Amino acid sequence: MFRKLVKGCLLATACLLPAIATAQSAQSDTVKGIERYRELLADGNPADLWEARGEGLWKETRGSKKASLETCDLGKGPGVVKGAYTELPRYFKDTGRVMDLETRLLHCMVGIQGLDEAAIKRNAFGAGTNRSDMEALVAYVTSESKGIKMKVSIVHPREKESYAMGEKIFFYRGGSHDFACATCHGESDKRIRLQDLPNLLDKKDAQRAYTTWPAYRVSQGELRTFQWRLFDCFRQQRFPALEYGSDASIALTTFLAKNANGAAFNAPALKR
Amino acid sequence: MQNFKPMLVVAGLALGMASAGVAAADRAQVAVGEAEVMGEMFRSFNPQGQAGLSRLRQDDVQKFCSTPGWQKQKAHVKQLEKEQLATIKYPADGKLLGSWQAGERVAQTGVGMQFSDAPGSTAGGNCYACHQMSAEEVSFGTIGPSLRNFGKTRGNTEAMQRYAYGKIYNSQAYSACSNMPRFGHSGILTEQQMKDLTALLLDPNSPVNK
Repeated sequence: MFRKLVKGCLLATACLLPAIATAQSAQSDTVKGIERYRELLADGNPADLWEARGEGLWKETRGSKKASLETCDLGKGPGVVKGAYTELPRYFKDTGRVMDLETRLLHCMVGIQGLDEAAIKRNAFGAGTNRSDMEALVAYVTSESKGIKMKVSIVHPREKESYAMGEKIFFYRGGSHDFACATCHGESDKRIRLQDLPNLLDKKDAQRAYTTWPAYRVSQGELRTFQWRLFDCFRQQRFPALEYGSDASIALTTFLAKNANGAAFNAPALKR
Repeated sequence: MQNFKPMLVVAGLALGMASAGVAAADRAQVAVGEAEVMGEMFRSFNPQGQAGLSRLRQDDVQKFCSTPGWQKQKAHVKQLEKEQLATIKYPADGKLLGSWQAGERVAQTGVGMQFSDAPGSTAGGNCYACHQMSAEEVSFGTIGPSLRNFGKTRGNTEAMQRYAYGKIYNSQAYSACSNMPRFGHSGILTEQQMKDLTALLLDPNSPVNK
C-alpha cells in the first residue's frame, strides 16, 4: 500500500517537470518539488513498516538456540536499544573489535540465536520479495535513537586506530577512474548531475548526511542501511565489492559517525 | 559553520593528520601507515564482475594524490605533471576532431567499469555528471568547471585540439591530482571516443558552442 502511494507521488512530481521553461528555474523548481514531496511523505515514511517488522524480529524467539535478541548488548548493556546507535561504532571487549550496528547485530544473531552468518550476510541487502531481516532490525534499532544527539567516543586505542584508518580510506584514490570518497564528498556546494553532494569534511554537511541514514529509498522501494550506502558508493567508484561488515567499512563509518557528533539523529529518513 | 579540512603535519618521521576542528586531539595520536591502509583495503573488498582486487592497487599518482596536503609539495606536483604528460598518445592519423554528435552520446553516458556493468561493454565519459556543456542539457553537475562555449572562447586551433584531447586522455598532465579520470591513460575510452569528445568541445557546430 505504501509503495503504491510513494510511486504515485513520484510520478506526480515528475509530471510537473516538463512544463518548466528555463534551465535555472527548472533546477530550483526541481529542488522545491523534491522538498514538497518530502513534506508530503513526512507523516508516512514507509520505513515505519521496516521498523515494525524489526521490532518483531528483535523480540522473536529464533534460530537453533531458540532465543530473542533481547539480551544483545549494543554497547549500553544487554537489551538496551534506546540511544545505542548514537554511540556506534565503538570498541567491544567481548570481541576485541570496533563494531558498527550491523556487525554487532550479526554477532548477536549468530552468537545468541545461532543463526547462519553467511546466510545473513548474503541477504543483508533486500530486493523485492527477498526481504532482509538485517534491514528491518537496523530500522528498528536506529528508530530508537531518533532525536538523540550523536556522541561517538574515540577513546580506546582500537577506536582511535579505526578513526585514523577511516580518514585515510576517505582519501584513498584508486580503481580505473582514480576516485576516492573525497572526489565527490570533499568540497562544499557540489552536485553530480542534479544531485547535491554533501561535503563530508564540513561539520554541518557531515552531520546532516550521517544522521539521515538509514533511509527508505523511494527509487528502490527498500530501506537501506549505512553498510549499503558505503557498498554502493564504492561500486560507483569502480572499486571491487566492499565486504559486508569488513574492517574498512567500520573504519569509514567510525570516521563519518564521529564527525557527526553533536547533531540530533534523525533517521530512518526518506530519500529519493 | 565549522570546517575541518585536514592539513598535513609532520610528527617526527611519520606523517599524521591534524585538523582545526573538534577531532584534532583524537587524530594526532594515531598514525596509520600506508602499508596498513593498503592491507586493510585488500582484506575488506572482494573481487566482483570485472572489478578485481587489482583496482585497489594504487599507482604512484593515486598514492600521492591520496595524501591530504599534496598541494604543498610543489616540486613533486611539477614532476608528476611532466610524467603524466609523457603518457599521452595522440592518434597516429594526426586527426583529433571526430564527430560532435557521437561525442554528445559519450558525454551523456555514465555506464562502464562498475562491477555491475557487463564486462566488455563500451564505457561512457559521463562528462555531464560533473560539467555544464550544451545549453539544452540542464541536468549537469558542478564538480568540474563549466565547459559551456569551450571552443567559442578558445578557438578551434590545432594547439587547442591537442590540449583538449590531451586533457581528456590524461587530465593530470595539466593539473596534478585533478578529480577527472584519466580516460585514455586508464583505458576507459577509446581513441575514437576521445576524438568525438574533442569535437564536442571544439567544433563550431557543436551544441557546446551554440
